[in-house]
Amino acid sequence: MAEQMTGAEMVIQALTDQGVEFIFGYPGGAALPIYDALFQQDKIQHILVRHEQGAGHMAEGYARSTGKPGIVLVTSGPGATNAVTPLTDALMDSIPLICITAQVPTNLIGSDAFQECDTVGITRSCTKHNYLVKNVNDLPRVMHEAFLIATTGRPGPVVIDIPKDVQFALGMYSKPDIENLRHPSYRPRMDGDHAAIEAAVELMLRAERPVFYTGGGVINAGPEASEHLRELAELTGFPVTSTLMGLGAFPASNPQWLGMLGMHGTYEANLAMHDCDLMINIGARFDDRITGRVDAFSPNSRKIHVDIDPSSINKVIMVDVPIIGDSARVLAEMVRIYRSKTNQPRTEAIAPWWKQIAKWRAVNSLGYKNSETIIKPQYAIERLYEMTKDKDVYITTEVGQHQMWAAQHFHFDKPNRWMTSGGLGTMGYGLPASVGVQVAHPDALVIDIAGEASVQMTMQEFSTAVQYRLPVKIFILNNERMGMVRQWQDLLHGSRHAHSYSDSLPDFVKLAEALGGKGIRCSNPAELDKAITEMLDHPGPVLFDCLVEKDENCLPMIPSGKPHNEIILPDTANIGSIIDEAGRALV
Amino acid sequence: MNAHLQPTGSAYFLTKETQAIEKHTLSVLVDNEPGILARVVGLFSARGYNIDSLTVSETEHNKRLSRITVVVVATPKTLVQIKLQLERLIPVHKVHDLTAEGVSIERELALIKVAGSGEHRAETLRLADAFRAQIVDASVTSFVFELTGKSSKIDSFIALMAPLGLVEVVRTGLAAISRGPEGM
Repeated sequence: MAEQMTGAEMVIQALTDQGVEFIFGYPGGAALPIYDALFQQDKIQHILVRHEQGAGHMAEGYARSTGKPGIVLVTSGPGATNAVTPLTDALMDSIPLICITAQVPTNLIGSDAFQECDTVGITRSCTKHNYLVKNVNDLPRVMHEAFLIATTGRPGPVVIDIPKDVQFALGMYSKPDIENLRHPSYRPRMDGDHAAIEAAVELMLRAERPVFYTGGGVINAGPEASEHLRELAELTGFPVTSTLMGLGAFPASNPQWLGMLGMHGTYEANLAMHDCDLMINIGARFDDRITGRVDAFSPNSRKIHVDIDPSSINKVIMVDVPIIGDSARVLAEMVRIYRSKTNQPRTEAIAPWWKQIAKWRAVNSLGYKNSETIIKPQYAIERLYEMTKDKDVYITTEVGQHQMWAAQHFHFDKPNRWMTSGGLGTMGYGLPASVGVQVAHPDALVIDIAGEASVQMTMQEFSTAVQYRLPVKIFILNNERMGMVRQWQDLLHGSRHAHSYSDSLPDFVKLAEALGGKGIRCSNPAELDKAITEMLDHPGPVLFDCLVEKDENCLPMIPSGKPHNEIILPDTANIGSIIDEAGRALV
Repeated sequence: MNAHLQPTGSAYFLTKETQAIEKHTLSVLVDNEPGILARVVGLFSARGYNIDSLTVSETEHNKRLSRITVVVVATPKTLVQIKLQLERLIPVHKVHDLTAEGVSIERELALIKVAGSGEHRAETLRLADAFRAQIVDASVTSFVFELTGKSSKIDSFIALMAPLGLVEVVRTGLAAISRGPEGM
């Protein structure tokens, strides 16, 4: 039944009709009518952030850990421009966000009004789609269409820019049939082509050196996609590796798990990718961190690529069997067809392959030399993992060495437990993301594995955690370096450490206290367990300043411009002589 | 089909494109809404594709649909990407590669201003007649011609006018449609 209401009320009503429980936002002049409507209801809770970038990353953490879209509400001008980084981050990592930006009144658009910016122009290239709503009667349709676009197909961020006069204007709102909403031109393909899936299974039945290469698409397709992946892996007996974004879709505790692949992936995962005869890519996009040098990427394999985005197919790597569809549905179909042919895993046929993999595993590429006097960052994460693995734990990270160490040494058995900025590589993602995760899972243990440089980019959101009594644990591996930058300078730039050290660092313990939380510092490996216990036992937010070895390198590493089989292992003495002139120009 | 035999579009390791560059005409059916042209053009600049010509106008008023005809120059692999990337845009209904799909009709319109007197003026008129160019404006010292046809015909006419007092030219860019009874 249609009901008359203001544009601002429509926004809140549409969010309520979509089942939204939380909004991450920050008010401002142009957004006041929406905030007023928000004030007069109690179904949706608003989390007040300290900076709009924080709101975006919180919404990403919320979305990634729940599978539901994250909602951001910001004002015009600087509110909108501050949201650009998380919008881009969400686009790169396919995270569903709805970002409502207020705009100056329609009659002032284009007049360089106070806090005016061309929001739809600025966000056009960092959203899946965006809208400027100039007529209140379009608002109900746009609101619900935005949810459809953000959450279906390859998910992504959608911006709805609403001028202040439209927020005040009266119009008719009626709740649409949300389940059956259709868009005239946007129709994502969900079911994979049957013949292609059949062909893929045929290749699996003949493969001798197969590998599953899975990505964030498996997480995005929901927990059932992970279930089907586990079933298919068990059915076939094939080894499984995953990208950074896909960690948790396949249990790290399973013997078929090879560890993460890519630039800082394990030796066995990367060598398996290089030497396989059949690569089964489920929901990954052949990102450059994965492929390394593309003209030497897995030279002797047939490649199957399952992706919901047709433009991902043959974009970077040419494949033999492309399958466009939702990975949950395609995996279920693969399981069904495989079962119809045989119930036997190809244990015997791939036994030599597993033997080869065992040799690679024996290299122990994640090994490191521990110390009794200094905390090694890998050791810190290992202890954190051991001491929390039986809890309901969610991990977020910032970007850099600590992120890669977390991916290597913290192990995930469930999907949606790992929140990290993969595509865009946004330093400052992890702290606000952990706040968003904690909002969604108030009783869970949420830890941001951070670096002291990254965490300072969005540090102020610790105050948000304090305000809403969100007991996030910020575990800072403090090496007083932008460690990954320092490592690259050692690799590529003659160890000239141009601006890659953290000088004038805050006293993180005092900082935590100043912000109303708890601070813990630890620099002695013998006291680490006790300090971690203290952190876990504290019922509120904690900043843990873990002083670690300053110049540890993150290895293994596939250097720029090198193929998988030229990976640098931890026992390499001098990393400064490995990359040639051509490799130096790469990122 | 193996990776090392194929060229690549990856920015990570820049190998030389070995495929030859081709010129293709794409027809794009879109919702006629504010910002749609910016979306299409923004996509081309963001991903580094080259536009040779672009024409846009509303074609079905009741359905609020526009047709964009865009001529692109790219390798076959990039052409596939361009089509798929265009299809990712939410207001895009269909993308047809007219060049790949067979013979299509391609036409352009040009307005050409030529000034001169005496023998030049007479020669200008003779050539205009030969090219079936319409005179749409005339003064004692100048003409404006309207010429439609293939781009190559317009190119030839402009080249002939150059020594005869060519002042300026405007061109619409290419409009294209497939042959036969089928619509898009």
